[in-house]
Amino acid sequence: MKLLRCLLLLLALVPFAARAQDDPFAGFAGGFEDIRHAIEALSVSGDKQAAPVIAALQNGALYVAPDKSLWIKQDDATFNARTGEKVATPPDDLKKVRVNNAVRGTIDAAMGSLTLFSADASERLKAAEAVFTGRNPGALPALTRALAQEKDANVRLVMEQARAAVVISVPDSSEADKLAGIAVLAGRGDLAAQSLLDSLATNQPPAVVAAAAAAEAKIARVQQVWALAQGVFYGLSLGSVLLLAAAGLAITFGVMGVINMAHGEMVMLGAYTTYVVQQVMQTYLPGAFGASLFVAIPLSFIVSGAVGIAVERTLIRYLYGRPLETLLATWGLSLVLQQAVRSIFGANNKEVSTPDWMSGATRWGGVTITYNRLYIIIFAVIVVGALMASLRFTALGLQMRAVTQNRRMAAAMGIRTPWIDALTFGLGSGVAGLAGVALSQIDNVSPNLGQGYIIDSFMVVVFGGVGNLWGTVVSALTLGIVNKFLEPIAGAVLGKIVVLVLLILFIQRKPRGLFPLKGRAVEA
Amino acid sequence: MSPWTFRICLVAVLGGALLLSVLNLAVPESSAVHVPTYAISLAGKYLSYAMLALAVDLVWGFAGILTLGHAAFFALGGYAMGMYLMRQIGPRGVYGNAILPDFMVFLNYKELPWYWHGFDNPGFAIVMVVLVPAVLALIFGWLAFRSRVSGVYLSIITQALTYALLLAFFRNDMGLGGNNGLTDFKDMFGIPLQQDSTRCGLLVATGVFLALALLVSRYLVTSRFGKVLIAVRDTESRTRFLGYRPERYKLFVWVLSAVIAGIGGALYVPQVGIINPGEFSPANSIESVIWVAVGGRGTLVGAVLGAVLVNLGKTIFTGALPELWLFALGALFILVTLLLPGGILGLLGRAPRRPKNVTPAAEPAE
Repeated sequence: MKLLRCLLLLLALVPFAARAQDDPFAGFAGGFEDIRHAIEALSVSGDKQAAPVIAALQNGALYVAPDKSLWIKQDDATFNARTGEKVATPPDDLKKVRVNNAVRGTIDAAMGSLTLFSADASERLKAAEAVFTGRNPGALPALTRALAQEKDANVRLVMEQARAAVVISVPDSSEADKLAGIAVLAGRGDLAAQSLLDSLATNQPPAVVAAAAAAEAKIARVQQVWALAQGVFYGLSLGSVLLLAAAGLAITFGVMGVINMAHGEMVMLGAYTTYVVQQVMQTYLPGAFGASLFVAIPLSFIVSGAVGIAVERTLIRYLYGRPLETLLATWGLSLVLQQAVRSIFGANNKEVSTPDWMSGATRWGGVTITYNRLYIIIFAVIVVGALMASLRFTALGLQMRAVTQNRRMAAAMGIRTPWIDALTFGLGSGVAGLAGVALSQIDNVSPNLGQGYIIDSFMVVVFGGVGNLWGTVVSALTLGIVNKFLEPIAGAVLGKIVVLVLLILFIQRKPRGLFPLKGRAVEA
Repeated sequence: MSPWTFRICLVAVLGGALLLSVLNLAVPESSAVHVPTYAISLAGKYLSYAMLALAVDLVWGFAGILTLGHAAFFALGGYAMGMYLMRQIGPRGVYGNAILPDFMVFLNYKELPWYWHGFDNPGFAIVMVVLVPAVLALIFGWLAFRSRVSGVYLSIITQALTYALLLAFFRNDMGLGGNNGLTDFKDMFGIPLQQDSTRCGLLVATGVFLALALLVSRYLVTSRFGKVLIAVRDTESRTRFLGYRPERYKLFVWVLSAVIAGIGGALYVPQVGIINPGEFSPANSIESVIWVAVGGRGTLVGAVLGAVLVNLGKTIFTGALPELWLFALGALFILVTLLLPGGILGLLGRAPRRPKNVTPAAEPAE
């Protein structure tokens, strides 16, 4: 009898329980646990009020009246939560629906599945990703419906992955579903998928466990390839910085044979020109601030180039043919330039800001690409390309090559060799100034900026082969990539030391670099 | 480099060191000619630098090797001495550990790294002061001269060498005090370092070692060996064609020069009271080259003169007009190379004609 009564009681209760499930709004008046269930129920109900209600809950704008009716307050107006109608006189004694962390988590997951139906593809993509990370089983019906109507292949893929993530984390999914899910996740192949497979519940059928292990191994291989690609990107990025710093030196040292220890200071002058340009534009043209770098590029070329020409005319031309003396005199010059900048601008680091279009990052597969690094790589390519083109195709370039190959003959042909010397030196210094614009974006702009690059720059030029621009390009990129691949093994500082020692040893083997000039030019 | 200039220099170094010590110890403080103790340490520092300059002059002035990394040997000698002085502190350190120096206790070292063993013995430390720079110079020089790396290329890789050492010594894992280096020394050979008499003794010792180094260097460069060396400097390939092996001559003088620099560093550390990785910075090495250029390259005496004068100038300048010191030093580099290729001794007519640079890279690009 007792059992029968219990059963009867249960039967009597069923309609109420069913109704509570049918009416997703009811739970919001209850405790935190009820609210969470209500959110989950509402988010998959397809009710048009689902999104506004959950958003209101998230913003603390959802209220409950003593009769358990729900209200949303927005900008002094009150709306009925169920119907969305505005009411003139809200009921008294409205109490805010309170949330705790567990509820917030549920809200986030629910908002994710709600926006699965957004008209904006990027919103849907974001929502699918949210489901993937949240793995809320309640989102499954919504996800399935969203998948059925999704047209965008990219979004569809992520939705399938999200579905797979949910399916394999639900214990009572069928074995076949789980295997299919694992296959989808293996295709995704990123760290999130890997950790998901890793956290798979232990009491799985053996076939699932085996499939998960195989999928993890596959993901690990994919990850290795991506890590390699990421390393290459970092290496190219460092290499392009080295290339920019060394490109000017490849002209002054490589082509002219002048040991310019003040080369780093030409870079520093370029960086300070960028700083000044930004300061001026911030004051007088704040609207065009995003274009400040484009103003700084020609100006720093002109400033560093002009200083270079002045240095050549007043100092270096007296020291041609005496490389060691040139080295000492230009070192002295670098001290003077550093102190001059320190006296004018102060010893502190100067703030050079990065324009909006240069900040941020994007992902390409498993590789994170920061925009400033990307733009510096592009900038380096443009600068070196322009430099090579100007040497090869312009009249000045032709005269420069003539003078470096046979000075006397060039003079006999009517080339004013002293001016060509000055202009060549100016070109090399100007390119150093361009490097300064790029370095101002990634390094501290201080009077010591140049000193940090001078040894690296000389190493790049010597390693590549003096007088060979292509050699400089190859050597800069090689050194950049080798450095970045040594870093995880040996640490940043030790990696650099290893590279320096390797370079010292390399120069013993091939004193004239990777791509030495052959023939008569060698002895010049 | 007449014998007279040389003798005057020897007398000045030894006599100066003695005179300053006497004026510090024997003359009461109230007297007008009393020399304060800080001036004794300062003079000792200048003479240690003079040893570095002498080492640079040996290789640059007589073998044509423009080294931009000689301060590395100086600093290595200094570190060897510093390690001995650290071990001498014993349990008097802040943490009171009898075996481990303070920085190791601070960095949670459990036991002494292997290369610190033996440095509690002064004899071992002195051997290391000579041996460490010598071995490094031997390896580096053997590799470089054998493959005929010369001129500017050699300068750049010497700079890379000291730069690599700078980075290495900055690391805490190196077990040599990292950024802060070695300091807080208490005594040397059992004698407290802070005493006036110890400081005077160190000054005189530096003077004696400098004089010895001058004598050895002069003997070397005036001997038959020195003549070949100068021939190598002026026309290396012709000397080779005559049947000499230039790399051996260069290597010998290179290692000797590193040893002189190392001893200079070892004398420098107890007088200054600290050695840190900053001593490896390429700027220091290049500065030591300018001392030689100011005094007169290839004269030995000029190196000593230049080191003392430039450093005296630096002390005065950085005290009175710190802003202007780098301008002055930079201008010194430029003016000496442009207008005063023979240095001060050249101005006095005591130096030989400016050594001609006939390294292959020296020809104008043609």
